[in-house]
Amino acid sequence: MHQISDVCQTMNESHNELFQMKTRRDFIKISALGLGAAALTAGASKMGMGFPLLGSENEPGSEENTLRRVPTYCEVCFWKCAGWAHVTEDGNIIKITGNDDDPQCNGRLCPRGTGGVGMFNDPDRLKTPLIRVVKDGEQTYREASWEEALSLIASKMSDLRSKYGPESMALFMHGAPGTHFSHLLKAYGTLNLAAPSFAQCRGPRDVGFEATFGESVSSPEVTDIRDTRCLVLIGSHIGENMHNGQVQEMSQAIDNGAVIITVDPRLSTAASKSKYWLPIKPSTDIALLLSWIHVLIYDDLYNKEYVSTYAEGFDELKAYVKKFTPEWAYGITTLKPDLIRNTAREMANAAPSVIIHPGRHAAWYGDDVQRSRAMAILNALLGSWGNRGGFFFKEGIKLPEFPHPEYPKPAWTWKDLLNGKYPMANEAPTNLVIESSIPTGDQEAKIKGWIVAGTNLISAIPLKEELSKAMQSLELLVVVDTMPMEITGYADVVLPECTYLERYDDIRATSHREPTLCLRMPAVEAKNQTKPAWWIAKQLGERLGLGAYFNYTDFSEVLDWQLKQVGSSLDEMKRIGVKKLSRESSPYLEPGTSHTFKTASGKIQLYSHELAEAGFDPLPAFTKHPEPEEGFYRLIYGRAPMHTFSRTANNPNLVALMPENSVWINPQVAKIWGIKKDQYVWLKNQDGAVSNFAVKVRITERIRWDSVYIVHGFGHHHKPLHFAYGRGVNDTELITNVMMDPIMGGTGMRGNFITFLTEDPGKEVEA
Amino acid sequence: MRYAMAIDTKKCVGCSDCVIACQTENNVPLGFCRDWVTETVDGTYPNVSIELRSERCNHCDNSPCVRCCPTGASHIEDGGIVLVTQNKCIGCGACIQACPYEARYSHPDGYVDKCTFCIHRVRKGDKPACVAVCPTRCMYFGDLEDPNSEITNVLKNRKFKALAPEAGTNPQIYYLI
Ligand code: SF4
Ligand code: SF4
Ligand code: SF4
Repeated sequence: MHQISDVCQTMNESHNELFQMKTRRDFIKISALGLGAAALTAGASKMGMGFPLLGSENEPGSEENTLRRVPTYCEVCFWKCAGWAHVTEDGNIIKITGNDDDPQCNGRLCPRGTGGVGMFNDPDRLKTPLIRVVKDGEQTYREASWEEALSLIASKMSDLRSKYGPESMALFMHGAPGTHFSHLLKAYGTLNLAAPSFAQCRGPRDVGFEATFGESVSSPEVTDIRDTRCLVLIGSHIGENMHNGQVQEMSQAIDNGAVIITVDPRLSTAASKSKYWLPIKPSTDIALLLSWIHVLIYDDLYNKEYVSTYAEGFDELKAYVKKFTPEWAYGITTLKPDLIRNTAREMANAAPSVIIHPGRHAAWYGDDVQRSRAMAILNALLGSWGNRGGFFFKEGIKLPEFPHPEYPKPAWTWKDLLNGKYPMANEAPTNLVIESSIPTGDQEAKIKGWIVAGTNLISAIPLKEELSKAMQSLELLVVVDTMPMEITGYADVVLPECTYLERYDDIRATSHREPTLCLRMPAVEAKNQTKPAWWIAKQLGERLGLGAYFNYTDFSEVLDWQLKQVGSSLDEMKRIGVKKLSRESSPYLEPGTSHTFKTASGKIQLYSHELAEAGFDPLPAFTKHPEPEEGFYRLIYGRAPMHTFSRTANNPNLVALMPENSVWINPQVAKIWGIKKDQYVWLKNQDGAVSNFAVKVRITERIRWDSVYIVHGFGHHHKPLHFAYGRGVNDTELITNVMMDPIMGGTGMRGNFITFLTEDPGKEVEA
Repeated sequence: MRYAMAIDTKKCVGCSDCVIACQTENNVPLGFCRDWVTETVDGTYPNVSIELRSERCNHCDNSPCVRCCPTGASHIEDGGIVLVTQNKCIGCGACIQACPYEARYSHPDGYVDKCTFCIHRVRKGDKPACVAVCPTRCMYFGDLEDPNSEITNVLKNRKFKALAPEAGTNPQIYYLI
C-alpha cells in the first residue's frame, strides 16, 4: 500500500498529466502492466475447481457436508435468478445452484449462471485501481491505491461541477453497479444516466407497447408462456437467449401441446420446436404482421367483445389494413398466403391464450417502435393482454428508499438535448449522450465526463466513430468493471469492481406473477483489491461532499433497514435468500368488470393519437428496407445459450463450452464461394469495414441464402482478455449502417450486409 | 433396481447447462467433459429439422468397458451404474477404446473418468446434477424396475430410442422422440 504522502505527490503528477491529455486519449492495454496475465495458461484447464478430487471409493462430494451455502442472485444477465453460492472451508466457490423458492428460476440456473464461478475465478480480472499516466512520452496505466484513484476522480468531478455544472457528468450503466452510481450522480446533480439496454435493445419494444396498452411488457416479461396455447415468436429465439423463466415456460408449453409459430430467417432452436416455421425474408416483418391483422379482421377471427370493451380506433385500423392481404404480403415476405392464413387461424383458435411475443432486442431497422406496435395491435385483437396464457398483470413490492436528503434538481437533463428529436424516448438513448459529448464547431460539448459501469460500450454501441470522438473529447472517463474489457483501455481511471459473488447489492424486488424479494450478499471476501460498487460510490460521494447521501458504514445496514420496513430482515433473508409475497390483485382481467388501461383515454390504442400528435404514423406502416447487393448477405446476429454478450466472453468455464462464434451460411452460398466447412474467412461489410479476425464457417441448411448469422459478443481485440482475444468476430464492427428510430432513438442494426474475404486482408488490429 | 435416464429431445434446447453443472459438481477439468450435447440437422432449407441430444455414458447393461478392464477398476455398482475406481485404474485406456459412445476420457491425473450418474447425489436421494439443473426439465432419472417411477411412466407413454443399439451394449439412456 502507498503511504498517504506518496499518494498526494503522485496524485498531483498524474493530475497534470491527465490535463495535458485533452487532445488524444490513447488506447492502453492493461497487459502492458503485466498484471496477472501470466498466471493462466497451464493452470487454466483446472481453473475454478477447488473441489477435492474424487475419493478412492467413488464417493465424490462426501465433503459436501463442510460446505456453506450463501444466498445470491445471478448477475450474468438481467434475469437475476436467485441462487446459492457453495463455498468450501478454504473460501473457494465451487458451484452455484438455483434457489428452489425463486419463481424466476425454480431452482435451476441457466448455463451462464451455473458457470458464474468462472467470473469469480477468471485470472484476467481487474485487480487494482489504475491511473493513466504519461511515461517517457507514452500513455500507460500505473497501479494506484484506492485512496489515490478515488481522490483523483473526486477532484476531477469537483472541477467539472464548478466549471460546467454537475449536469456535465454522465453515467453509462448495465446491471447492479448502475443503481449505486445512479444514486451518486443524482446526488451530485445530474440525470444524464443511460443504459444500452434502452436504445440498443428493448427500448423500441417498450415504447411500442406503452403506446398501445399504456405499459410495457417489463423485465422479466409478463408473458404467460406457461399457460399459453399458442406462442408466436418473431425473431425472438428463446432457448438461445436463455432468459431463464421464459425457457422453462416454453418447455412447459411444449409439454402442454401449445402451438409454436416462429418467424425467423434462421431455423432457430425455437423454430425447430415449432409447428410452423416461417422463414421470412428479413426486414419484412411488418408486412407479415399487417397481413395477419388483415386476416383476423376480414375473416372475422378477432375477439369482438374484448376489442369493443377495451380498445379504441378499430374502425380506422380496419379501413387501414384492408389492402394488406396475405397475397400482398407474399410478394414481400416470401411467405405463402396459405401459411399466413393458417397461422392467423391458429392464433385465433387459441385466443385469448395466445402470445405474440414482442421479443427483447428490438432495435433492427429503425421502424422498430412501429413493428412493436403491430405486435401489440395483434395481441389486442386476440384479447391476450390481461388474459391467462397471454400477458398477465404483474404485481411487485417497492422497497422504501433508505433515507437521504432530496436530490438536487439539475438545471438541465438529457431531455433538453433532444432538440425535438425522439419525442417518445422515456429513457436516455446512449447515442444521444455520446453525441452530446462531442464538441461541434465552436460549441463546447455539453457533457464532459463519463462514468461507465459494467458495460463494454465498445461492443455494445454500433456508432464507433461518434463513440471514439466522444471519448477523445472528454475531460474525465472513469470505467468501473470486473474485467479488462475494451472500454477500460480508454479510461483515465479504471476501478476494479468485485464480482457479484463477493458483494452486497440492492435487494432484488421483482414484479411478476408474484412479488419476490431476494438477497445478494458476499459469499467470500473480495479478491485482490477489488471493491463493491456501493463502496466505490460511497467513497466518491464522501469526497465530493455528499456524505449525507451515504449515511451508513456498510451496505448491509441499508438492506436491513429496507427489509425491516416490509416485515423481513437481513437475518431472515440470509437464511432463505428468497421471500415470496402473496399478491393482492388479480393477474388477469376479471370478466364483467371494467379495466382502465394506463393510456391517456384508459383504452387500448389500436389507433395511436399520441403517435399522430408527435407526427408519426398512428397505424404501423410497412417500409421497404434496402436489400443486399449481389455477393452480399444480410448480417443477422443473436445469442448463444452459454454466453451473455461480451460479459461472459472471457469466462473460462463458458469459453470451454463455446470458445468462438461461427458464421452460418447456407450450403448454396458456400458452393458459390467455394467455401468449405470449418474454413476461416474474414467478413467485410457494405461500407468496407473488415472484421478484426477470421471466423469459422458453419455451412447449414438452417438459414436462408440471403442472410448470414453470427452470435454477438465475440471477436475481442483486447489482449488482456486471454480467453476471448481473437476468437471469432464482433458483429458490431460490421454494423456501420445504423437506422435510427425517429420515435425514440433506437439504433436499428440489421441493415448491414457482408461479403466474404477468403484471404487474410492483413488488417492491423489495435490490441 | 435399474437406474436409467430418459431425455426429451422435443424439449432440450441444447443449452449445455447439463455439461457445466456436471463440470462444477464433479470437478471435471476444463477442456474435458462427462456429458456433452450433439445437434443433428436433417433435410434441406426450408424443410429442415434438428435433434438436440445431451449425451453421456449409457451405463450399458452389457458393458464392453467393464469386460475389457484388466484391473477391475471399471465395474458395475448397484442399480447398474458403471463406475471406475480411481485408485485401481492404471490409465491403460482399454475401456476408452472399447466404448462405442466415446463416453470416457483420460483424466490428467492419470485415471479414466466418465459419468457416474452422480452416484454421490443419487445415494442421498438427489437427482444427478445435470437432471437437477436442466432449465427445460427434459431429463428424467430413476429406477426402471419401479413401476411408479417417473421414468417408467414416461417411457410407457412416449416413443423413444437409444443410441447405437446395433453395438449390442443395451444402453440405458433413452431419447424421447
Ligand atoms: S437467466 Fe442465467 S444468466 Fe440470467 S440471471 Fe438466470 S442464471 Fe443468470
Ligand atoms: S441442460 Fe437440458 S436443455 Fe440444456 S442441453 Fe442439457 S438436456 Fe438440453
Ligand atoms: S457408454 Fe461406454 S463407458 Fe458407458 S457403460 Fe457403455 S460402453 Fe461403458
